[in-house]
Amino acid sequence: MKEKLVLVGNGMAGVRTLEELLKITPDLYDITVFGSEPYGNYNRILLSPVLAGEKDVGDIMLNDEKWYQENNIKLHTSKEVVEIDRHNRKVIAQDGTTAEYDRLLLATGSNSIILPIPGNDLRGVVTFRNIRDVRAMLEISGKKKQALVIGGGLLGLEAAYALKQQGMFVTVVHLMDSLMERQLDPEASSMLKKTLENRGIQFLMETSTEAFLGEDEVWGARFKSGLEMAADLVVMAVGIRPNKDLAQKARIYCERGIVVNDTMQTFDGRIYAVGECVQHKDQVYGLVAPLFEQAKVCANHLAQLGFAYYKGSVTFSKLKVTGVELFSTGDFMGDETTENIIMKDVGRGVYKKIVLKENRIHGAVIFGDTVDGSWYYQLLRDRTDISGFREQLLYGQSHLGDSGHGGASSAAEMADDVEVCGCNGVCKGDIIKAITSKGLFTLDDVRDHTKASSSCGSCTGLVEQILAFTLGGDYSEAPKAKPLCKCTDYTHEEIRQTIKNQRLMSIRSVMDYLEYRTPDGCHVCRPAINYYLISSWPGEVTDEPQSRFINERAHANIQKDGTYSVIPRVWGGLITPGELRAIADAAEKFQVSTIKITGGQRIGLYGLKKNELPSIWADLNQKGMSSGYAYGKSLRTVKTCVGKEWCRFGTQDSTSMGVKLEKLTWGSWMPHKFKMAVSGCPRNCAEATIKDFGVVAVESGWELHIGGNGGVKVRPTELLCKVTTEQEVIEHCCAFIQLYRENAHYMERTAPWIERVGVAHVKNLLVEDAKNRQALANRFLNSQKFSQKDPWAERIGEAGFEKHEFAPLEVTLTHG
Amino acid sequence: MGDWIEIGSVDKIPHLGARVVHIDGRVIALFRTANDEIFALRDRCPHKEGPLSQGIVHGKRVTCPLHNLVLDLTNGKAVPPDVGCVPAYPVKVKEGSVWITLQGATIPE
Repeated sequence: MKEKLVLVGNGMAGVRTLEELLKITPDLYDITVFGSEPYGNYNRILLSPVLAGEKDVGDIMLNDEKWYQENNIKLHTSKEVVEIDRHNRKVIAQDGTTAEYDRLLLATGSNSIILPIPGNDLRGVVTFRNIRDVRAMLEISGKKKQALVIGGGLLGLEAAYALKQQGMFVTVVHLMDSLMERQLDPEASSMLKKTLENRGIQFLMETSTEAFLGEDEVWGARFKSGLEMAADLVVMAVGIRPNKDLAQKARIYCERGIVVNDTMQTFDGRIYAVGECVQHKDQVYGLVAPLFEQAKVCANHLAQLGFAYYKGSVTFSKLKVTGVELFSTGDFMGDETTENIIMKDVGRGVYKKIVLKENRIHGAVIFGDTVDGSWYYQLLRDRTDISGFREQLLYGQSHLGDSGHGGASSAAEMADDVEVCGCNGVCKGDIIKAITSKGLFTLDDVRDHTKASSSCGSCTGLVEQILAFTLGGDYSEAPKAKPLCKCTDYTHEEIRQTIKNQRLMSIRSVMDYLEYRTPDGCHVCRPAINYYLISSWPGEVTDEPQSRFINERAHANIQKDGTYSVIPRVWGGLITPGELRAIADAAEKFQVSTIKITGGQRIGLYGLKKNELPSIWADLNQKGMSSGYAYGKSLRTVKTCVGKEWCRFGTQDSTSMGVKLEKLTWGSWMPHKFKMAVSGCPRNCAEATIKDFGVVAVESGWELHIGGNGGVKVRPTELLCKVTTEQEVIEHCCAFIQLYRENAHYMERTAPWIERVGVAHVKNLLVEDAKNRQALANRFLNSQKFSQKDPWAERIGEAGFEKHEFAPLEVTLTHG
Repeated sequence: MGDWIEIGSVDKIPHLGARVVHIDGRVIALFRTANDEIFALRDRCPHKEGPLSQGIVHGKRVTCPLHNLVLDLTNGKAVPPDVGCVPAYPVKVKEGSVWITLQGATIPE
């Protein structure tokens, strides 16, 4: 006999919990759902576009009745539960329907606040909460002209805008002296008001309503000032209140909402609650992101896994009014302990304010140009130390030469047919369509369904903007502690720590120990775990080729037609006639179709078939050339300029320094590819300041730079320190690589890693702490003992490794 | 069923790996799962014709090495939300040896 789970409240939070639960354990419960509305679960966030006539009700359904049938869920629509009989463990609906439960989930949401003034029950006086309200408003807007919206908050302004779109004359009445005072500071608020006034919405500020006028149907309103105003439609949007009546009646402990603990349980352990009806640590949430985080935790416990905890959420707000860009998060007012960075450009209609506390973002409010909103939100949530890039903070993440999306920074102003993701050719319209028609909420959802932002990621900010814009303030971003992949709930860090603490030595043992959901992982987690194993236990674990991406398995870069490239190492960019001749001979012998000087001062041969690889490697090997690892998450090249030996400006011997660093560090597996450069003077011809580790020679020694990137997102390096001797350069280089190997997540380049942990952190461990630096360098040198084996040499000849990798199966056809 | 062709020992294909075999001008990828099940797909991703044999095998799935489309080895269909499919061929293992038939592919070629 299965246990019975009853859900009261057929809305987004409750149904999301069921979805999360079914994902983990589809068959654990017999599930019954009660909803007071006559529909399946719909996307309440998109009611404003429905009211504005930009969408219709069918567009915003998330789970239709078929979904309930397919998942064997018994659905009672239009049945409001009026009583919980905790003694007999059953719920009773208004019409007498009952259902017994072993576990009960309350997701009763919230109710609009109804002003306690005369006339609040007249026809034409509505709230803005559900489909019925929207239908009522649409009916009146089709026939009559004057609309009054009470409340200048997020919801009120969205309603006002939507009714304006429907051709009504709209006046917003607000009690306070500035709009959205809980989400905006006075400056941004007045810019917003001006913009909306330009669109024809009128405002009555600091006005309180005394009565709605009419016999049966509303025709006007009277304010405390004595002023009266005509109105055919009144929308009360003064706030929402957790709907705790049912719980309270059943004597479940409530304060402002139903009080729950970190596992989403109420004071009755069999009864869980999620969503807007819930109060967690004194907080009540009205946005979707936190509700979905709660849903995930709750499902984890209902599924009897029991390890997830809800720790509260940081939220942000965005207005869903076409063409008005507005963003705020955290504490944007500040106090005597905070500092403000402010930019105001009235001509451009842009205002940005960032509130800092102890070098971390404490809050932000932006009007006009919100592309960096999600970046600030991320920095706030991750508590990132921003001292390293404080001066660029206001100009945003996107001001530095991003490529791939035409430099666009404002999604709202883009036409639907403008390409957002240059890698996968996805336009803005495609993304919006996928979000609304498939019910997507997160960046990952969009990536899965449209491929936008799933390749190089440079358009991530834009996609997040489109998501936020389409869904308003309510979109759920991946939680901060992001699981490694969909096979597990554990993060990169947790997995690496577990490998170390439990001395795990194989991918299998990691998956078993962490109780993996899938039989043997996926293409995302297996390479990551393989890397964490080999970097944690150099020389002790066996590298698992089947868990490596093809390029690292075949030691060659797969090309779009399934052929491969061969790029030998050219130490520090120095080459001999003999080596050039060897490359030329090989190219002719194997009829290489393209020979290219690469960006990393080497020569690439393209278009080789896989089964030719061992033979061409053998030829090059014989002439002293080895694999350049141009395919690997490892050291790629050390770019150099000619330096003091020839250049009249050169201050140090940059080429030999480059060769030394390359000889020392090649072959080491890292979280991602790693590029170095050595320039002989500050003219920096080797472009060392956009490399992962860059060395710039000066008359008195060497400057060491870290964390640069010249790819999708140009990021100059930050100065690590200045040293005087060659030995110091080498020690810092080894220590930096080892810190990166031990600290960064798999697939994380040094640039985002340093942005995540802060350059101060790296400096503390590498520059201030000489002992730690030596220890890191020693660990690196130790691991190099096991990794510096040329993979070409290992795979050539009769006794070569992994012969099966390079030859197809032979089959003699015997059939007729 | 049509003609069965003997490919050779199961052990020629690595666990969680694949080998390629050329039959009648077709390039076919033979996959071996962790539990020694063998599957055969046309070695050409429906997305941009990437060689599936070079992908990472996990569960009863393979991820294309070019753009990470995930395909179900049992029927050649892309795992939702991805779309597309490739022919999957019947395979059997008899006394440690792998056999394939080109008749009965899941979709017409």
